[in-house]
Amino acid sequence: MNARWLVLACLPGLAQAQGFAGLAGEAGEFALPERGVPPVFPEDHGPHPEFRIEWWYVTANLTGPDGTPYGLQWTLFRSALAPREAPGFDSPQIWLGHAAVTGPDTHLFTQRLARGGIGQAGVTAAPFEAFIDDWRMAGPGFDALALSASGPDFAYDVTLDAQGPLVLHGEDGFSVKSAEGQASYYYSQPFFAVEGVLSLPGGEVPVTGSAWFDHEWSSQPLSERQTGWDWFSLSFDGGEKLMGFQLREGDAGGYTYASWIEPDGALTPYVGAFEAEPLDRADLGGISVPVRWRVRLPQEGVDAEIAALNPASWNALSPPYWEGPVTVSGSHEGRGYLEMTGYE
Amino acid sequence: MTGAVLRALLSHWLRAPLQLFTLIAGLALATGLWSGVQAINAEARASYDAAAATLGEGRFDRIEPAAGGGIALADYVALRRAGWQVSPVVEGRLNGVRVVGLEPLTAPGGLGPVAGEDADIAVFLSGGGQVFGRAEALDALPEGGADKVVSPKVAPGTAITDVSVARRLLGRADLSFLMVAPEQPMGRPALAEIAPDLVLRPAQAGSEVGRLTDSFHLNLTAFGFLCFAVGIFIVHGAVGLAFEQRRPVLRTLRALGVSLRRLVLLMTIELLGFALIAGTIGVGLGWLLAASLLPDVAATLRGLYGAEVAGGLQLRPVWWLSGLGIALFGTAIAAGAALWRLATMPLLAAGGRRAWAMAEARSARWQALAAAVLLALAVGLAIWGEGLAAGFALLGTGLVGAALLLPVVLGAVMRIGARTARGPLAQWFWADTRQQLPGLSLALMALMLAMAANIGVSTMVSSFRETFTGFLDQRLAPELYVETADDAQAREIAAFLEPRLRSVLPLASVETEVAGLPVSLELARPDPTYPENWRFLQSVDRPWERLAARDGVLINEQLSRRAGLAPGDGVRIAPGVELPVLGVYGDYGNPRGEVIVTEALFADLYPEIVPRRFGLRLAPEEVPALRAALIERGLAASAITDQAAVKRFSLQVFDRTFAVTAALNVLTLAVAGFAMLMSLLTLAALRLPQLAPVWALGLTRRRLAALEMARAVLLAALTALFALPLGLALAWVLLAIVNVAAFGWRLPMFLFPADYAVLGLFALGAAGLAALWPALRLARTPPAALLGVFANER
Repeated sequence: MNARWLVLACLPGLAQAQGFAGLAGEAGEFALPERGVPPVFPEDHGPHPEFRIEWWYVTANLTGPDGTPYGLQWTLFRSALAPREAPGFDSPQIWLGHAAVTGPDTHLFTQRLARGGIGQAGVTAAPFEAFIDDWRMAGPGFDALALSASGPDFAYDVTLDAQGPLVLHGEDGFSVKSAEGQASYYYSQPFFAVEGVLSLPGGEVPVTGSAWFDHEWSSQPLSERQTGWDWFSLSFDGGEKLMGFQLREGDAGGYTYASWIEPDGALTPYVGAFEAEPLDRADLGGISVPVRWRVRLPQEGVDAEIAALNPASWNALSPPYWEGPVTVSGSHEGRGYLEMTGYE
Repeated sequence: MTGAVLRALLSHWLRAPLQLFTLIAGLALATGLWSGVQAINAEARASYDAAAATLGEGRFDRIEPAAGGGIALADYVALRRAGWQVSPVVEGRLNGVRVVGLEPLTAPGGLGPVAGEDADIAVFLSGGGQVFGRAEALDALPEGGADKVVSPKVAPGTAITDVSVARRLLGRADLSFLMVAPEQPMGRPALAEIAPDLVLRPAQAGSEVGRLTDSFHLNLTAFGFLCFAVGIFIVHGAVGLAFEQRRPVLRTLRALGVSLRRLVLLMTIELLGFALIAGTIGVGLGWLLAASLLPDVAATLRGLYGAEVAGGLQLRPVWWLSGLGIALFGTAIAAGAALWRLATMPLLAAGGRRAWAMAEARSARWQALAAAVLLALAVGLAIWGEGLAAGFALLGTGLVGAALLLPVVLGAVMRIGARTARGPLAQWFWADTRQQLPGLSLALMALMLAMAANIGVSTMVSSFRETFTGFLDQRLAPELYVETADDAQAREIAAFLEPRLRSVLPLASVETEVAGLPVSLELARPDPTYPENWRFLQSVDRPWERLAARDGVLINEQLSRRAGLAPGDGVRIAPGVELPVLGVYGDYGNPRGEVIVTEALFADLYPEIVPRRFGLRLAPEEVPALRAALIERGLAASAITDQAAVKRFSLQVFDRTFAVTAALNVLTLAVAGFAMLMSLLTLAALRLPQLAPVWALGLTRRRLAALEMARAVLLAALTALFALPLGLALAWVLLAIVNVAAFGWRLPMFLFPADYAVLGLFALGAAGLAALWPALRLARTPPAALLGVFANER
């Protein structure tokens, strides 16, 4: 789920005018992921301050009582100015939260920023709690979590209930991001069932659905040539899941990867086999963004069309990017989330 | 043809270089004084804006401790965790620099003045951090690991840094206050539920410093405008005269076929050129004036309001453009009537030189009517008006009304003089003086305005000084003041001093809110020093005894006026503590409200505050020995101040405050004197035909010149007499209305007859001096010129 690197690179003022270059920079004193050293749980649900960047990311496909589809996003980013933690305002750790709710014709979003070290934001592994201000994702264990966020014009409060195991992407969680070998630690919980309430300007909406959780950390994730990415997390009606991304190099395709996840959580990694082709674009205030895609993973017989629930799912935050729920049709039917960055 | 016409028009100025000088000088002076004052105001405002931008003052609500002190970091985090979008600020003084610590990630205004390209937040938050400020402020700060970054956008005397660096520099563990972001999430709990000790203070329109200093700037602006008005009087006279003298030329040009439109257009262009030249000179003059006065203004604002203003002047385009604009505007006012008369003049209207003066006389009735209306308005404002704006409106209408009335009054005096005159010469003198009035009235009005302003302002300043000196004697009774560095030293020094001295008066204050107004709450120890020295404006019986018995509080006049509190009224000074007001004391020079409670009550309300300052009562001759003993016990020499030094400093602040006013006062008077000289000079040339017959009847030129002098002095004397009551009225408005609205205190008015007499003499001297040159010229006029009056070719 490389998509989020850009978000961190563009933390307000943090890496001004560097964009990708900041992410593609040398790791310096920061730690690097090691092949063959898989994550250990529950410890690795917690933060890794010796790595430069990290996130905890939830996207959910929801349905209201009248059948209206919704999506929600809850993200906590950590960005380290130095590979250590310190108490109080001396902490070099910076936290950023993004939250959004998307409906067929509404997209509400907001963000929070916090210094580490003072208790305004942070993550503990067990019992699990990730928080920034009043936003929380917490539970006694990692299987049952409460998730909440609020903004000026929306709020949500839902529970997440795991229906399957955690899955490790790449080689036991070692996820390669480029031909040059940039990599991150990356695991997901794609089997959360969701229930709760969205508070929208029109009133409260009870919702149910499914959610996908990602946790990823690294220090030097991208190649210098990579200009943006398209990331898909798809849940098919048959119970299989597909996570696929392409890291674009200029206008060319670039590096792709996909995880094929069986209903029991068995994961098959595919490097270079995943294909994503834009079919239709939307003009969002002068920025042209693909909102209909054809994705293919021939090894698993996937040849499907992906369409945005709301083409205007543009998070005009810092930095701006597209993140929203999608529907799947074609060889497979289902729902999912799409994230696109680097479109200008 | 245009060129030829223009040459013909301009040739007039070659023949009358003095008039040209008057025109240019008048406009330049008016523009210069006006734009000088504007430059000072603009510079000060820019400094306030930078200061306000530091913390988004006036834009964001704040959360503050209900009872002074600081905010715990835990309270900040608790508020954030409850959803409140607030940002911490640590603020304090270090080596005279205001250190402001912001949290850039949450601050609603970001890094204020240094946001954007100046600050890279990653660098700002990394390593030892960064401190932004002007070079002087940065130099005053100790080296402490943080990089010093010079930024002219930061307010003078201020350093902006990260909250962590500020806490380190200031040695603080808590936060000063929280800024509240304008946009808050849905469904957050009430402030009282999370932090009951904190209060939300809504953003005030305009920064606090801005509001405090508004009156000062309004004062300066009023002066600038007065100077401008006086300058415009001069220009109006010069332009009117020039048009009058050029009537024959205009008649000839028209007769030669120059169209009226072209003529009016060319004369407009001519004036426009003069206005631009004079405006440029004026802007230069204004620059010099502002540059020389600004250090005084900066010192005043710092002393009086604690507002930092840069001592150096920046050339701002808005300022010099507005300077040129005001020059054009002034020319338009001054010359509008003349151009209109030209445009409507009958083609062959004779070049009758007296026509202009006679037209002025015809308008006298209208003038009297306008004066009456304005004065009535002024009286109405004095009775029903409220606030600063009404005060200044009252000043404006009163002054202009009185100025318009002046020629009417002088005319009446002349008529009375003529009636009582014996002999032809006296009769001629009175009649001729009256006849000259229209030509001189503008200059006389300017003189009167300048004098009245001078009387009014000097009365206010002197009354203020008189009151202030007496007040200092009352308030600064302790012979020595000491300030300890921390609580431990404070306790140690108090223990050392108390057995040795007649009285030790601990001093401490907290910033809090009373009746919705920010006030400082002070403590007073029951001690004879207070009842012996303090005087109340209003009080109940035996206020000090009752204060000591915790029966009430004392408040200053500012709080009394703003909150409408009088002795006997209850006032809530802390949650659950409401006490009656026992007395109201004068507190001159302090813009803020103040409440005094007795020592024991203060200790109950704020047990954590240990008074660190002390006023010491001892025999003056023991002061050096005690000072030495205190220094021996580890007190810094700079922490011990004797009473005389405090008084000296206070008076210095005071005198600086009004140095600017005094300088502008003298300038106004000088400009008025100049106006008088110019009017007399221009009239002198016109008056030859009126003097020649008198000369022919046997009066010597010397005698005529002496009469001319006497006339000028007489008119000046009458003007001065008229200006005196007006000036006193002005002083009253300043003291009883403007001061109360601006500062919150009312001053008793004292009269200074000797000063007024000196001013009167000065005015007579100025008038005499102004009349001297024309009189000398008259005395030396060749008889041939006087005879020429009787010739045909005139």
